[in-house]
Amino acid sequence: MTDRTVPDLSPEGLQIERHWRELSGRRRAYSWLIGLGLLLAVSGSLWFANESNAGKFLDRLPHFFDFAGDLIPRDGWEVWRALFDLPSPYFDGSLKYDYPEGRVYLFGPVYLPEYFYKMLETLNIAIVSTLAGFVLGFLLCFLAAKNLVRNRFVRFVVRRYMEILRAFPEIVIAGFFAAILSLGPIPAMLAVGIHTIGALGKLFFEVVENADMRPDEGLRAAGANWFERVGFGIIPQVMPNFISYALLRLEINVRASTIIGAVGGGGIGEELRLSIGRGHQAKTLAIVLLLLVTIIVVDQFSAWLRRKFVGEQAFGFGGKPA
Amino acid sequence: MSASVSIAEYESRYPEVFRPSLWKRFAPLLILAGVIVYFIYCWWFFSVGSVLASGQWQRAEYYARDWVSYAVRATIRTNSARPTISYPRFSELGDNPDPAWIAQRDGQAIVDFGSDSSLAIQRGRVVVNHDGETLEVLTESDKVVPQGNLPSWATAEEDEVSVNFGFAGQADILAERVVISRRFFGWANFVFDTASPFWNKSLGEVASLIVSGERIKPEMSNLALAFDNVWYNSSWQHGDVWTKLLQTIVMAFVGTLLATLLSFPLAFIAARNITSSRLANQLTKRFFDFLRSVDMLIWALFFTRAFGPGPLAGIAAIFFTDTGTLGKVYSETLENIDEKQREGVRSVGASPVNVQRYGVVPQVIPVFASQALYFWESNTRSATIIGAVGAGGIGLKLWEAMRTNTNWHNVAYMVLLILLVIFIFDNVSNALRSRLMGDSRTHRS
Repeated sequence: MTDRTVPDLSPEGLQIERHWRELSGRRRAYSWLIGLGLLLAVSGSLWFANESNAGKFLDRLPHFFDFAGDLIPRDGWEVWRALFDLPSPYFDGSLKYDYPEGRVYLFGPVYLPEYFYKMLETLNIAIVSTLAGFVLGFLLCFLAAKNLVRNRFVRFVVRRYMEILRAFPEIVIAGFFAAILSLGPIPAMLAVGIHTIGALGKLFFEVVENADMRPDEGLRAAGANWFERVGFGIIPQVMPNFISYALLRLEINVRASTIIGAVGGGGIGEELRLSIGRGHQAKTLAIVLLLLVTIIVVDQFSAWLRRKFVGEQAFGFGGKPA
Repeated sequence: MSASVSIAEYESRYPEVFRPSLWKRFAPLLILAGVIVYFIYCWWFFSVGSVLASGQWQRAEYYARDWVSYAVRATIRTNSARPTISYPRFSELGDNPDPAWIAQRDGQAIVDFGSDSSLAIQRGRVVVNHDGETLEVLTESDKVVPQGNLPSWATAEEDEVSVNFGFAGQADILAERVVISRRFFGWANFVFDTASPFWNKSLGEVASLIVSGERIKPEMSNLALAFDNVWYNSSWQHGDVWTKLLQTIVMAFVGTLLATLLSFPLAFIAARNITSSRLANQLTKRFFDFLRSVDMLIWALFFTRAFGPGPLAGIAAIFFTDTGTLGKVYSETLENIDEKQREGVRSVGASPVNVQRYGVVPQVIPVFASQALYFWESNTRSATIIGAVGAGGIGLKLWEAMRTNTNWHNVAYMVLLILLVIFIFDNVSNALRSRLMGDSRTHRS
């Protein structure tokens, strides 16, 4: 290959060629080094994870699909009955088949099936905490934006405050309030909400910092005070983005409140954990299906709303905590 | 031109500004009203009022205090002529405590609660000084009688008088004994526990023991012994905490990396501009949706069943969920690439694999890597939470420490470590991402 190309090159060309080879060789060496480092880190990590796990990977691998056994009910209709709290023909007084027990009667014979009620509880946790986080993050974000607050100290304090709210493990907030208010949905709401303030606040102030400052300049020229400038110059531009981020947060919060629920915050998460732990196949499958459908519906609905508000752009990561 | 004319002129030019539609005028108000109604509904739905009312708010103060301080308990018995002092078996002060704040003289035990508070305890009589006020309590064989008016810091029942000195601690005066709880700022026995031979020694003493002291235990050097004592410190469990923290980090790292490696090739199948089969596109995309929508929690619970509690379950849960999420993000990125580069590579006669390798991969690699880093960072947080359902890592330890309601200082320690790890990872990942993308704001694709 060198024989074919080298003779045609001028001395300058040869030098460039040599230089290029040197550079690409160095780059390849770096790539190999990084790859090797990652490989070492992963194998070390996997070994460590395996050593500190209760069951060893290879021993447990044949049991990998055991969870499928947790999901196969006695007959297909059981899932239906578990989902809608209909009496089961297998009822033997045990918790496994006591579907009608959980009915939540609204009025007369009309009832909400237990899992729908629990799902509603989880959804409400997510919505309340997203709304509360939105309101407080909204109030805070303008104080953290460079283009609106000249005072570095205020910005610094507000930003660090939001950082702490964001980084503080949700589970600790939930645990702390659970110790005061006893386990239940309110600690979960507080935990998810407090995290949301920090997470949304950060995204919000970045949006505000990227806002077009010309409306603000015009308002300032007309003698508007700070609140008027923010209200008429900034908020109308940033609101669609804010709402889009809040909807994205809502998707994340539905998942987060399910998880916090499983740890003791009530709602569908707790039901799922109990049901898997007790080996109630029909109930587990019913909850998994309900959760799957709910999450898909929430994601689709939020995607549709976001598309309405901001168009195709500004689509962040679906369902990731920040 | 007078002002009224010009306004009329503007009005005819921009009618929508002067007469906005009803919806535009009232939408914000309606939305606000809707939100308020929703909050009221939730107040009722979760019966927030009654939960808040039955909450034990005075505990919040105690628990918050426990994060950064510890209490030493002592019991002073007054049933003999001279008061006798006893400490609980596992006192923070070791096996033979002799704290400076308890003194015995003239048949009296004097407990010093800081600058302006103290207790003088003797048989049949306890004198409490606090904030310039003095309370005398006479103790008889079966009841306690406070003399005079009770100050605001004391409460009395028939067989007990409690005095509260705020942060400094409190004392319960009973008929034949006084129970003292004296609070100190800081974390007790953080380095060595009371069973360790290095306990209660100054840094210099410990250093000299390690460097040149006689072997305390013949089978190991003093340095090894000191390390062993720190690692297995019974009240702080440094070894266990650090191992669990490492598990959490490992879970996030391996889970994200495996997810990146799997979703990378799958994303090429899912992107419709790269794989022309619609069936393959749809199948892969629905597979991503499935992995993503079955929550990380559900995967975690199932894999805990499969692998037993531990980090393997956490790795698998993060791997499954993030393969879905990363796959979705990656395939969307691939669908938005610049076609010109591919065309260029194709026009010189490259094979299909080379077209992707040189026409697509160089465009997307920085974005892919940056997104993987972002997920790694955020998974470090999620790994803490799924740990609490048994998927390994520090989550469960944290949750257990909180459920006991007495180990809030351990919670504080773990939280501090987690915050430190998150802080470091945030900065590392931010620095790497801004180098990859040439811009620090890369979380918006």
